[in-house]
Amino acid sequence: MSKVLTHAEAAEQFIADEPRTDWHNDTLWFVRQKRDKAAHGLPEWEQLREWASQIKNHTLSNLDQYLVEFEKNAIANGITVHWAANGEEHNRIIYDIIQKNKIQKIVKSKSMLTEECGMNEFLHGKGIDIVDTDLGERIVQFRKEPPSHIVLPAIHLKKKDVSDTFHEHLHTEKGNNDPQYLTEAARQHLRKKFVESELAITGVNFAVAETGGFVVCTNEGNADMGTHAAKIHIACMGFEKIIPKAEHLAVFLRLLARSATGQPITTYSSHFQKPREGQEMHLVIVDNGRTKQLGRADFRNSLKCIRCAACFNTCPVYRRSGGHSYHTAVAGPIGSILNPNIDMRANADLPFASTLCGSCSNVCPVKIDIHEQLWKWRQVLVAEGYVDTTKKIGLKGMAFVLAHPAIYRFAGRAGRAVMRLFPFVLNNKLNPWYKQREMPAPPKQSFRDWYIKNIKS
Amino acid sequence: MSAREDILKAITANKPALVELPVIDSAKVIQYNDIVQQFKTVLQSIGGTAIELTDLDALKTELEAKKAAGEVVVNRIAEIGTVDNSIAALTATELAAVEVAYLKATLGVAENGSVWLYESQMGNRLLPFICQHLVIVIDRNSIVTTMHHAYKQVDTAKEGFGVFLAGPSKTADIEQSLVIGAHGARSLIVYIV
Amino acid sequence: MKVGLFIPCYIDQFYPQIGIATLELLEKFGCDVSFPLNQTCCGQPMANSGFASLSKDCDKNFVANFRGFDYVVGPSGSCVLHLKEHLKDDQFPGEAEHIRKHVYELTEFLVDILKVEQLDVSFPHKVGLHTSCHGQRGLHVASMSELVAPEFSKPEKLLSMVKGLQLSKPARPDECCGFGGTFCVFEEAVSVKMGKDRIAEHEANGVEYITGYDESCLMHLEGILKRDGSRIKAIHIAEILNGNA
Repeated sequence: MSKVLTHAEAAEQFIADEPRTDWHNDTLWFVRQKRDKAAHGLPEWEQLREWASQIKNHTLSNLDQYLVEFEKNAIANGITVHWAANGEEHNRIIYDIIQKNKIQKIVKSKSMLTEECGMNEFLHGKGIDIVDTDLGERIVQFRKEPPSHIVLPAIHLKKKDVSDTFHEHLHTEKGNNDPQYLTEAARQHLRKKFVESELAITGVNFAVAETGGFVVCTNEGNADMGTHAAKIHIACMGFEKIIPKAEHLAVFLRLLARSATGQPITTYSSHFQKPREGQEMHLVIVDNGRTKQLGRADFRNSLKCIRCAACFNTCPVYRRSGGHSYHTAVAGPIGSILNPNIDMRANADLPFASTLCGSCSNVCPVKIDIHEQLWKWRQVLVAEGYVDTTKKIGLKGMAFVLAHPAIYRFAGRAGRAVMRLFPFVLNNKLNPWYKQREMPAPPKQSFRDWYIKNIKS
Repeated sequence: MSAREDILKAITANKPALVELPVIDSAKVIQYNDIVQQFKTVLQSIGGTAIELTDLDALKTELEAKKAAGEVVVNRIAEIGTVDNSIAALTATELAAVEVAYLKATLGVAENGSVWLYESQMGNRLLPFICQHLVIVIDRNSIVTTMHHAYKQVDTAKEGFGVFLAGPSKTADIEQSLVIGAHGARSLIVYIV
Repeated sequence: MKVGLFIPCYIDQFYPQIGIATLELLEKFGCDVSFPLNQTCCGQPMANSGFASLSKDCDKNFVANFRGFDYVVGPSGSCVLHLKEHLKDDQFPGEAEHIRKHVYELTEFLVDILKVEQLDVSFPHKVGLHTSCHGQRGLHVASMSELVAPEFSKPEKLLSMVKGLQLSKPARPDECCGFGGTFCVFEEAVSVKMGKDRIAEHEANGVEYITGYDESCLMHLEGILKRDGSRIKAIHIAEILNGNA
């Protein structure tokens, strides 16, 4: 198994192709601008964010009651509710339903939760193949790569890449990069899959405790094409997708698409209440580390996330490093505060993949204090020993110098003298600063020196 | 102990202290001078077509003409022709042949150009997604300002399924180029009567 | 009013002229300014790297140097934000709290406390404004492009008082420059790319100078400008406002 690159290593490789980085950066910034335009179209935008944040805060504080209420209502409506402690259990539940019903034809619409659980890989290992029907996901599925963005899975690919992939898998014309043509090819190919499907797996955008129903949002209609054709529908959700009442959907549906893509709403906001006649509907409620995150006072707010990816689109680091650099199902700023909870060792690099600029917190529709949590995770990771030794030694040294004024002054004077007399000591490729930047010029006098000489009498 | 018990127990132990639900005041949200015009403008901007009619005669004629020409069309609007209830029993393969579906929606939402459809209005859940083209009729005075107002009028728990449907299906997954007509309908016309 | 002059460690060592300009500016507007001689650093480099636990002694030294002033003023948004949010001293909690409540970045002090309305300086050049993240999003010295809220900018207000100055803003008015503390070396590729992109936007506006209220950002941008042989210079806003430039 090849070593997983840290974010810094992967980002360096990504940036090596500068024109492509610029294209990726500009494309995602354009999505951020569309979001801005949509947000500015509603004078009450900041009030909406505050309501959404408070609804989610309240829900987290009463989560057990709402889940019980939701389950009761869902069951009364004919939905079978399953609970999964982790990804393995989730995958097993799905597998058992498939086996029991001798299912062969399966379609799936976008569900980051199933990515998180590694469901596709698990089922593939059992000889069961699922067709991802979101266009972006189908493209990356053909290419055997993970999605790089939770809303725009193929954002890292150009038209030509898609054309080559479709030529290989769908026998489209070689070199025809027209998005209209390629989308039509996907429509025909997937239409057949929908119509023949026996099982449709979806995610859940919002689950309503009051009614036992849930909402799935798409632009393509792929969730509905599968679920209303297949004889079994399995919806998968992290338990934090619960909201108290149907009226709260107004707040979230007004925020979700505007934050994600700048649209006032997705084409379809499908409200599932009961299975259709003759259909089996299942809902799998998943923990997979969420209860642990709920118990972390500094980080539990990350569970408010509605997976809009506004934070991805605004993040200057994400835009210039791409989702694959984060080596997790959910990348970007929100991923960097969710993933260390799941595996601190594997994800110790993520909270440092940030300048703490704070833009993410400002675009978050549910007001998660993302940049503050990034800072707090850094303290946790250091305390738990997941930061490398050279860094630790360097910073311990820095802390010592900065706590002792005389030593600080000596180090400063000596450092500047070395820089003036022996510039090559720092002006070389071993100094990462120096790779692409000049060092600051070292003055003979510090400010303090000047002050003592000129002011202090 | 089952996963259910473990999860609920852990949530009870780990959840924060109770905080209040906010009061959502729909008087604080955006208002439009002309909500019908706003609905039309937004629907147009998301790839749909909005047309105001004084009555449904033209639509009735259109439906009859299409049926006479042998097009595979489904009508769910009593005012323009026989309501097709047989679709409830149709398979996905059979429904895949539908060229145009005529549906009556409960209301329109000005802020986003969406309409609400109950399952009973669809006749078959798959219909509004699988047909190639969608024609939807709404009453002029059923248009509301925002989603807050819509949820006051619509009871999402009343039937087994319902949808807020905004424009034709679309995707921008190929290099952010907008393509109308992904998996759902290729076009949508909303007649405001 | 008695003002304790806080000069960030890297300004003390590498950019003393910014400290001089800050001191002179404050005195021009009637402040009784002292520079505590044993100050070192605000502690941010350790804290942002996850080592906040190591900055106790650095914090104690800060409190020891800056207790007893009406205000503490420093020419750095990120350092001041860090102090506001994190300065602690278990032995002298009251003093630490007083400092947190009365520490100001230079431009916000000039606008909000000294209520400066006029400056008798000129700087007849094309200048690009870099709106540094921590001062903006943390201290609110300027409005943020992400929010639906009225626009304002304290640094811009001050720069508008400088005769002949032609101010421009980059196309992405508040995108981060990429310095980010130790990020600048641990994620060097992204850091420099972010800096280059910022510079390109200022170049598109044909500026002669890039200015801002955070020298860490400017130091990073200047490093790139110099390496690329650019004729654009980085200059801290204190120097422009004081007429030193």
